[in-house]
Amino acid sequence: MRRHGWLRLPFWLTYLFLYAPIVVLVVMSFNRNRSPYSWGGFSLDWYGTLAGNASIRTGLVNTLIVALGSTALSTVLGTLLAVGLARHTRSRLLDALSTLPAILPDLVIAIGLLAFYSAVKLTLGLHSVLIAHTVFGMAFVAAVVRARLGGMDTSLEEASRDLGATPLTTFVKVTLPTLAPGIVAGALLAFTLSLDEFVIAFFTAAPSEPTLPIVIYSMVRFGVTPEINALATLLLAVSFTVVIVAQRLTRLTEALK
Amino acid sequence: MTVRQPARVLGKAAGRLATMGPGFGFLTVFLLVPLALVLSYTVFRRGRFGGVVYEPTGENFTRLADPLYLDVVVGSVKLAAITTLLALLLGYPTAYLIARLPARWKVVALVAVVLPFWTNFLIRTYAWIVLLNSEGPVNSGLKALGLRPVELLYTDGAIVAGLLYAYLPLMILPLYSAVERLDPQLREASANLGARPARTFWSVTLPLSLPGVLTGCVFVFVPSLGNFVIPELLGGGRRIMVGNLIRDQFLKARDWPFGSVLALAVIAVLVLLLFAQAWAARRAGRGA
Repeated sequence: MRRHGWLRLPFWLTYLFLYAPIVVLVVMSFNRNRSPYSWGGFSLDWYGTLAGNASIRTGLVNTLIVALGSTALSTVLGTLLAVGLARHTRSRLLDALSTLPAILPDLVIAIGLLAFYSAVKLTLGLHSVLIAHTVFGMAFVAAVVRARLGGMDTSLEEASRDLGATPLTTFVKVTLPTLAPGIVAGALLAFTLSLDEFVIAFFTAAPSEPTLPIVIYSMVRFGVTPEINALATLLLAVSFTVVIVAQRLTRLTEALK
Repeated sequence: MTVRQPARVLGKAAGRLATMGPGFGFLTVFLLVPLALVLSYTVFRRGRFGGVVYEPTGENFTRLADPLYLDVVVGSVKLAAITTLLALLLGYPTAYLIARLPARWKVVALVAVVLPFWTNFLIRTYAWIVLLNSEGPVNSGLKALGLRPVELLYTDGAIVAGLLYAYLPLMILPLYSAVERLDPQLREASANLGARPARTFWSVTLPLSLPGVLTGCVFVFVPSLGNFVIPELLGGGRRIMVGNLIRDQFLKARDWPFGSVLALAVIAVLVLLLFAQAWAARRAGRGA
């Protein structure tokens, strides 16, 4: 480390850059002043205002419906896809197709789905966002589960087959339990991505049923309001907890291996 | 054996269909068909009230050469390139040092890089509105130092700061995994043969980590090009980027064919960069 003395400057600059804005938001959320730029003493007022904001509550409920639904669908489709890709084909084309939604810019997926929904005359609503989020959620679940499959011992599956189990029994009793940590990690990833996703939801949601990021977008467009600081702090606390818990979980499963 | 053969073939096909059928079926309907639709729009005329009239035309492509739109494209490429360069300058040393940390601190440093990425993208952008506002902390600091406040928000610089903030972790992660995989013996060999650290870096470390560098560049450059939220919120709508143009063609101007051409251009850039990355990975693989 001592040999790389001059490298420390960009290193610490990176972390300062990443965390300074977050610290400012959190501190401001406890500021009594309406103007977010001068300190008027500690207060939880903005959290109270936030709790009373009906559009944020509706947005949160909509977001949770979309995230839970698309995570469930993504997890089933993505897990099956990962098993199929690892065990039943060597096609590089199919492989590439399964990762395509994760690589394509969100805007491209968004306009594609908007065009498609309009061509088949599907009314927009939470269901159209749910389908859209499954498109990329599935790709991430498949990638995470495949990573787990790569390190998996195939002899257990072979033993199950040799002992006369049907492919379905082998899949349910042997493959799935071994893959469980990967499936949970993939599902968590799909859920978090859906919670935060804005661009695709912006194109595929009905104006009457906005998700939370769409509500935040319309608030932010009108400028700085201290309520958003409070909301930001809460969302930060949730994401940080999820990431740290997930980190602990993976370390735990690795230790158990 | 001759009796079992067809059954096995059938069983294999059933396994394939049961595992990959639903997923690829879903992706075909909700990804490939929509993409094909957008692709087909590029050669048709716009409808008067949005949508598409199926009369073939090449004018959507020629419009791309219109100076008005060319300016947007050049300007966006410039800002996305500056963002990518800054991400590389900050990200490479950071990834390099993380890879040299003791195992315990390595995890902490990596999680700390990813953590802000897991917070809502709009909130992260909003944070920069607060920071760069004319009465915000940066300008208060300047005033406290007796300096004149400067206009920071609604500038190209603000857009670059926002894009860099949004995508820096996507640069650091592939760089880290590239640097981490390097065999330390190669650097030692280079040093033992009398190369100075700078020389070792330029002729050993950097070429071997080039695939990671390019992956990081793709991950930062392409989404920067297609982002429409940051130019709107931090650029104040003064700077229009390709992402804004695409959004407007679909949601405001209702010119879907031209919007599709612009989207196709972004995809073309993505594909080109991915090929460059694959080429570099092959070369580095051969060299190692």
